[in-house]
Amino acid sequence: MNTMLNLYTRRRIVNAVGLSVSVLAMLFGLFWLCWILLTLLDHGLPALTPVVFAQMTPPPGNSGGLLNAIAGSVMMTVVGTLIGTPIGILAGTYLAEFGQRGWMAPLTRFINDVLLSAPSIVIGLFVYEMYVVRVRHFSGWAGAFALSILVIPVVIRTTENMLRLVPSTLREAAAALGAPQWKVINFVTLRAARAGIITGVMLAVARISGETAPLLFTALNNQFWSSNMSQPMANLPVVIFQFAMSPYDDWQKLAWAGALLITLSVLTLNILARVLFRQSATTH
Amino acid sequence: MNIESITNPKIIIKDLNFYYGNFRALKDINLSIAEKMVTAFIGPSGCGKSTLLRTFNRMYQLYPKQKATGEILLDGANILDSKQDLNMLRARIGMVFQKPTPFPMSIYDNIAFGVKLYESLSKHDMEARVEWALRKAALWAEVKDKLKQSGTGLSGGQQQRLCIARAIAVKPQVLLLDEPTSALDPISTAHIEKLIDELKEDFTIVIVTHNMQQAARISDYTAYMYLGDLIELGETSSVFTNPKRKETEDYITGRFG
Repeated sequence: MNTMLNLYTRRRIVNAVGLSVSVLAMLFGLFWLCWILLTLLDHGLPALTPVVFAQMTPPPGNSGGLLNAIAGSVMMTVVGTLIGTPIGILAGTYLAEFGQRGWMAPLTRFINDVLLSAPSIVIGLFVYEMYVVRVRHFSGWAGAFALSILVIPVVIRTTENMLRLVPSTLREAAAALGAPQWKVINFVTLRAARAGIITGVMLAVARISGETAPLLFTALNNQFWSSNMSQPMANLPVVIFQFAMSPYDDWQKLAWAGALLITLSVLTLNILARVLFRQSATTH
Repeated sequence: MNIESITNPKIIIKDLNFYYGNFRALKDINLSIAEKMVTAFIGPSGCGKSTLLRTFNRMYQLYPKQKATGEILLDGANILDSKQDLNMLRARIGMVFQKPTPFPMSIYDNIAFGVKLYESLSKHDMEARVEWALRKAALWAEVKDKLKQSGTGLSGGQQQRLCIARAIAVKPQVLLLDEPTSALDPISTAHIEKLIDELKEDFTIVIVTHNMQQAARISDYTAYMYLGDLIELGETSSVFTNPKRKETEDYITGRFG
């Protein structure tokens, strides 16, 4: 009886210690996150005026906004996503549905994992060397290409993982009706994995919308309104980088506003992705 | 009882062997399946009864390391022949699985999906076909007002009847049932057993079951398998009351398995 009691007491102590350490670790992480968010809100909210959405980036000492940077960021993110998503979904489908035989799929998977963890500045340099140097000027297209290279591995990985979660009996059931493989994939497995794949695309968008390094070498920046993707293009991350480093008070305020904007949009995308995924998890 | 005593075979299996990689899971199986009858495969786990069922529509071909040798004659033509078109074969041999597998689409589309693969029906004819299949599967009354709703929202027993409706909607000749009631409650099971009894007027049915009472209740012929061998095949009544082989008797009397 006594040994039982001892065992029980020891378990309680181990449990208490384990739990406290986990909670402390969680609080430590949360502390920095909250500090960052609060600082961002503190500096960003006052700077986030309607003018930010109405005017171009100003020269030092003048008032202005971030309209050209917002528009440039949205355009390059959209084009980057439009290029990267179909390639990513197709490649991910190949890996999950056809990747059982041969050496192609394991090799592709390995390369994709490398690409997934490649520093984004390397991607920027690559597009700079391959594209910008050859056409001899920075451009919105180059920025969009660099972003699409960041989108592809994320979408490949999530597409493959989500398709693998689809039970094989569902594939068998469709095949048992006499459906050819492309119909099984298009109408049954991809459909079953749809919410997860959309979530992956949204997370990829969230990732690229804050990337600075690849744009520094490709789209660079533009003082003026530019909707021509063949020209250097303003974008939020590079503007933030430039304005935050400057000694001018107005510029620094705009940098805070831009930083808050990016954070809010990424946060919104993440929340949307979670809501969407949770909904699909309850209906299946 | 041997092969010849089944007078109207729909499927004749000759010297069938099956391999998972190097493992021989079926050993020289010889067996006939009678047309428009219910044949049950029974035996302990791992005896090869599901494996045997899955050779009839070559389901194993989805997986690279599985292969079958020998002959399976469906109406006299060998379906293991590589010249046999796989999808056409599967359109003639329907299958229902252990776990319900509704597709992530509406109840209506779940049924129409298979039909559309091989027939182009007008909207009106398709509606009639969907209703026919759902009525046959004894599900029509429960779902007729929610055909547009997702098939995944039905209860387990309803989902399984939806899968049966989907399988018969393409009007196959043979229906393969792989433990169709093992994930269901007794009431749903009773529904489906009654259904099987009605369906054998139109279809040749082969059912794998863990439940010996079920085999006794619904089948005309029973095959007992053990470790990849076919031990005994006979009329269900004689297999259960007067088994020819000692192994069969041990299994059905519960002395083993």
